[in-house]
Amino acid sequence: MKVELTKLAHARSGDKGDTANVGVIALKEEFYPILVREVTADKVKQHFGPIVKGEVERFELPNLGALNFLLHGSLGGGGTLSLMTDAQGKTFSTALLRMQVELSDEEAKGLQE
Amino acid sequence: MKETVRVASGQGFWGDLLTAPVDQVRRGPIDYLMLDYLAEVTMSIMQKQRARDPESGYARDFVALMREILPDCVEKDIKVLSNAGGVNVEGCADAIRDTASDLGIEGLKIGVVTGDDVLPRLGEFLERGIAIDNMDTGESLAGILDKVQAANVYLGAGPLVEALGKGARVIVGGRLTDTGLTLAPLMHEFGWTFEDWDLIAAGTIAGHIIECGAQCSGGNCQYDWENIPDLEDVGFPIIEARADGTFTVTKHKGTGGRVNVQSVKEQLLYEMGDPHDYITPDVIADFTTIHLSDEGENRVGVHGIKGNPNTEFYKVSIAYSAGWKSVGTLVYSYPDAYEKAKAADRILRARLEKLGLEFDTVLTEFVGVNATHGHLAGKPSKDIPEVQMRIGVRGDDREAVSRFTKEIAPLILTGPPAVTGFAGGRPKVEEIMAYFPALIPKDLIETKVEIIET
Repeated sequence: MKVELTKLAHARSGDKGDTANVGVIALKEEFYPILVREVTADKVKQHFGPIVKGEVERFELPNLGALNFLLHGSLGGGGTLSLMTDAQGKTFSTALLRMQVELSDEEAKGLQE
Repeated sequence: MKETVRVASGQGFWGDLLTAPVDQVRRGPIDYLMLDYLAEVTMSIMQKQRARDPESGYARDFVALMREILPDCVEKDIKVLSNAGGVNVEGCADAIRDTASDLGIEGLKIGVVTGDDVLPRLGEFLERGIAIDNMDTGESLAGILDKVQAANVYLGAGPLVEALGKGARVIVGGRLTDTGLTLAPLMHEFGWTFEDWDLIAAGTIAGHIIECGAQCSGGNCQYDWENIPDLEDVGFPIIEARADGTFTVTKHKGTGGRVNVQSVKEQLLYEMGDPHDYITPDVIADFTTIHLSDEGENRVGVHGIKGNPNTEFYKVSIAYSAGWKSVGTLVYSYPDAYEKAKAADRILRARLEKLGLEFDTVLTEFVGVNATHGHLAGKPSKDIPEVQMRIGVRGDDREAVSRFTKEIAPLILTGPPAVTGFAGGRPKVEEIMAYFPALIPKDLIETKVEIIET
């Protein structure tokens, strides 16, 4: 079954120039392997579509149960150049948590407990 | 040697809660107070202020704050480290000395750290054939040299440790890294040196955790945000560090907010690049080695941190003038709020075209519909009560941007109905200060540490 990523993770985002970063953190330790499997750089790139003009990079932090994504070319030039409301990428965290992820029946059961 | 050293964060940015540093000093025990006043854009604003008034160019808020808390700091032996000096570090330090004298505080040593300002030296660097290229785009500095407004290297903990060693109780610098303001007291107290890379990395990560103020103690925290208590009285974070490089993140008892594993994780990932290589002038810290533990209510333990030797370069932040921009808004109400807002945008763009105005970028967002999540937000309800049309333009021609600002208000009487939200008058034309990050060899930079005394 499919669920919104927000059931599995919390997140914080910020900016570095024209790149937004999103840190995605598993709500429970056992969700981290699901994040690693489901929330790939390709799927994140696809999720954001035209919002992210450049590449998406992913880094793993198993010690924190977290993934860090760099979304290049997503802030309209970044910093003071950008005309966007969210020129600092602060709300990219919740935009990513809208993503749908696929869970096995067993994982879905674990989610309800 | 002290067993634990407490470093408290008092400001996450210039404009943060004015009461926070006062609370840190008065509501519980701390040994050091670190205050970050500089954002990337701040230095260029300060250069402009100083061009008009040679006495200005630093964060005056800091002087007002010191007037309030300096007597407490002296009484409780709390030392203060800050980058409030901006582009006029000496001016700021003199103002602190005068303030201390007014308060009757004698023998106060103030550390003055300079050498970060390389604006007058950029031409010399290029003449000497030193490549200064944009780290993000590869563009050469030569192409924008005549538009540069400010240029400062990010200095690390080294000069701060020197100032503490000379007995400074208040330290003022310019473009100091946020992390160095926390690391330096720990190096000074525990005798850590630039060979103890794991310890330097630990102090740096401690700095990263508290450098954004309450953003690690309940502010802007997604995890269980509805139940975070008393944010109106949020406690700013405090590091309790030990000589072995382990530390605890906490806040004063009786303050609001919350420090837990989740709030600290969120802050650790904030503005993160490659977690293996968190590069500062002091060290390369590895965020994949950080281990957190729950040490009870509002206490999170941090241990296991590893680091690698620092690089031969400083990062230099160069601000340059890159054209003009303006953003205007109007609010359209039910019924058909979104349709009306879109019609207004079409009409406005057609008028701009008819006027022959050209811009590098024109961006329209519809607040309430797509301003933060774009198409991911889905289609708005047909009954949406109101939508704000927000349109911005950017370009090199100041006159064109200025002309644009005169086209917003006319839409009220010449466009779609049920429009409001124009109390503020014509939008401002703003000069854009773009940011050019580059690396510069450390051996070209001479930092200076002076002590002045009341």
